[in-house]
Amino acid sequence: MSKFKEAEAFLPDEAEWELLPFRFERLNGRVLVTNMAGEHLLLGADEFDRLAHKQLPVDSSLVRRLRAKHVIRRPGDHAPTTLLTLKTRTRYKRLAHSTGLHIFVVSLRCEHSCPYCQVSRQSRDTDRYDMSLETAERGLDMVFRSPSPAIKIEFQGGEPLLNFGLIEEVVQRAKRRNREHQRNLGFVIATNLALLSDEVLDFCARHDIYISTSLDGPADLHNKNRPRPGRDSWEKAVEGIRRVREALGVDHVSALMTTTRASLDRVREIVDCYLEQGLGGIFLRPLSPYGFAVKTKSYSAYDAERWMDFYREGLAYILELNRQGVEMTEYLSSVILKKMLTNREPGYVDLTSPAGIGIGAIVYNYDGAVFASDEGRMLAEMGDDTFRLGHLATDSYEDIMTSEALLAPLEESFAPSAPMCSDCAFEPFCGSDPVYHYATSGDFVGRKPESDFCRRNTAIFKHLLDLYENDPFARSVFLGWAGR
Amino acid sequence: MIALRGRSAAFSVDEPLGRAVWMIADRRSPAPRRQGMAFLVEGDAEPPGGFDLYLVKDVERAPEGKPWIALPPLLQHLSAGDVISASETGEHLRVLWRHRSPMNSVLLTERCDHYCLMCSQPPKEREDDWLLDNARELIRLLPRSTPGIGFTGGEPTIYGDRLIELLGLCRNLLPHAGVHVLSNGRRFADFGFASSWAAVRNPRMMVGIPLYGAEPTLHDYVVQAAGAFDETVRGIVNLGEVRQRIEIRVVVHKQTAPALPEIAEFIARNLPFVEQVALMGLEMIGFARANMDDVWIDPTEYGAELNEAVSLLARRRIKTMIYNHQLCLIDRELWPFTVRSISDWKNEYHPECVECSVRDRCGGFFFSAKYKVSDKIKAIPADEAALQPALLDI
Repeated sequence: MSKFKEAEAFLPDEAEWELLPFRFERLNGRVLVTNMAGEHLLLGADEFDRLAHKQLPVDSSLVRRLRAKHVIRRPGDHAPTTLLTLKTRTRYKRLAHSTGLHIFVVSLRCEHSCPYCQVSRQSRDTDRYDMSLETAERGLDMVFRSPSPAIKIEFQGGEPLLNFGLIEEVVQRAKRRNREHQRNLGFVIATNLALLSDEVLDFCARHDIYISTSLDGPADLHNKNRPRPGRDSWEKAVEGIRRVREALGVDHVSALMTTTRASLDRVREIVDCYLEQGLGGIFLRPLSPYGFAVKTKSYSAYDAERWMDFYREGLAYILELNRQGVEMTEYLSSVILKKMLTNREPGYVDLTSPAGIGIGAIVYNYDGAVFASDEGRMLAEMGDDTFRLGHLATDSYEDIMTSEALLAPLEESFAPSAPMCSDCAFEPFCGSDPVYHYATSGDFVGRKPESDFCRRNTAIFKHLLDLYENDPFARSVFLGWAGR
Repeated sequence: MIALRGRSAAFSVDEPLGRAVWMIADRRSPAPRRQGMAFLVEGDAEPPGGFDLYLVKDVERAPEGKPWIALPPLLQHLSAGDVISASETGEHLRVLWRHRSPMNSVLLTERCDHYCLMCSQPPKEREDDWLLDNARELIRLLPRSTPGIGFTGGEPTIYGDRLIELLGLCRNLLPHAGVHVLSNGRRFADFGFASSWAAVRNPRMMVGIPLYGAEPTLHDYVVQAAGAFDETVRGIVNLGEVRQRIEIRVVVHKQTAPALPEIAEFIARNLPFVEQVALMGLEMIGFARANMDDVWIDPTEYGAELNEAVSLLARRRIKTMIYNHQLCLIDRELWPFTVRSISDWKNEYHPECVECSVRDRCGGFFFSAKYKVSDKIKAIPADEAALQPALLDI
């Protein structure tokens, strides 16, 4: 059968390879290589040396792996750059849409008095701490200036249900305006559920509103974190979750946890609590260093390493549950795995680059001040207006979106050009957080060797990669999480 | 096996036939619609007039004074609604369309710029534009309710704009037909051609393109063409850019089976915009028979790779289908992904299948399985099959 040529006949004539952009990191004797689009491969140290010294043969399994991930190409190959372009463009696609999440702080008042919360006020003074209809209307003007085809309006506080009348107005007026604008418009109320009434549920059902609540774990832990008169925060939250599930639908309620020092030894109990409440997943969050959290030292009371133990144990337990056939997702991992294993940028505002401040989410405070993020608002409550972008009464959309207060931190912190991030192999999985770095080190970029943000995320990436490469079951679960 | 070509048993055609393509009609065909139709003589009644050609199963029944062709025994399956082509003298017959078949594939050319190790339709270099002409005539004859039509080769895109015109004709004359074209995809690396394809504007049209690897080495070898991978991948991307429906086909054989997981990973990461991925069992005819030692692999030997590839694709929510695989040779978990796809005229079963309880759900075999078949074919008893959920369309 001489008409057919052997496989060797289709190999390159000579070992002439061009390097495409890649970054690397040495990991326990192996070398992680990531390409421009965030695809990764693990090489042996000797394999990496051959790549670095351009001592590659015309063909080998190494050559094939490097070609499959567009790390090298033959002169004349066009597909690798075509695909890298496509994937990179996809990754940054959401930037063109600009701000999708618009947070209305409808009241600063709250009937809880959580120690790590800086912003809330125990007050009956509605005039002073509630958003007015006039301010809300101006907020809606801003919302519909955003070019985003999908708009989510989130009501926050304080406790937003304390100003529920305004929520009703904003929802109805936004929907009315949207008849002309035709965006994919959705609403979320972030509430502790203590004030949940049938009236609220009816309204939410009628307008397809989603509920986001707080659940820190077992009752004693939750109630210790979240004091309120009656010491029944947990009971109220759990009862509320049940009522929302039944009245609005199982997927209409999600919960977020706050990790405190007391949480660190109890991750399995916390996961069990989420399981018990019928929630399909949990976000194992580090505690942010803002507000009272900084003041009361509850943040510095433990470091990134202790939190990592908490995260690893929690993730291991969640994988164990999946192995038993219980579907449970860890959302922080899920966000990162999407970035590792797909080209889609999930747009999680704390882990995206350019940062999510202002262009991913924007905050309209009760008094009309506009902030680049929720954390920026908390800094302002502590007397630092760095992330205050303007005011709804005096500044236009153009003023606010092109303000130096927004553009400077976005530009300076952009990871692909930030010192130490630009040549980090993990950069495609990571993000930039100018507010965090400003709060902890005084500038938008920070020094990465001293940054807990960097240390924590790097540790998470390594852990997820390790599981993905070495644990076939974890790998299959991860592929499922990334694919959603 | 149903025969699709043959030599007339006898024929009486005084002048060269005025056309090559004929739709077969019976008495229900109204007089104004008899143009281009061949009347199939059945029963004792006198055949009606007005047809330009008569087909008989029995020479005794041949009408006097009219052009007629007697069908050879193997083509006596033909019935009204089928379409044939006949040579000018009426001697050579080909079946172009069987209306009872759920999926008809129309051969547009035997020319191809690939020379695949396992090609079931080995390419020929001679000019065969008449196949395209016949296809055009066929489309004109088909009823507007036709549910689907496939085009195959050779490489149909060698016709360039003439293929685009044919597809435009399909869109306009067959408004309900799903149109499936098999191509090696290289021509679409020319963005202009991909745009012309998109300009056909037929939402029922899909192109099936084979891919054999995450980089050129294996693909170029399997298709025996240097530079093919680079062009095919760019062609797929161009079709994606103009929002066309794409199927990726991976024929699983000895060379490609070990690479299934990396092919799946490559598709999931680079080409997730494709509508579906079809993993095809090998058809042991043409070059596959000639290269049996290089391509034959027992499906039970690549079970792990097949599982991993399907799982990777399914988890990325890419519709995945397994074609031409017998159920007894693959994991139960993969059964929901299997499709009964072997064209009915090629479909056969093995003696072991007589006792099998899932035969009706199984793809069965190509006729060519007589040349090579797994020795692990095994009837699945009813009690085992009952444990499995019904096949889902996913």
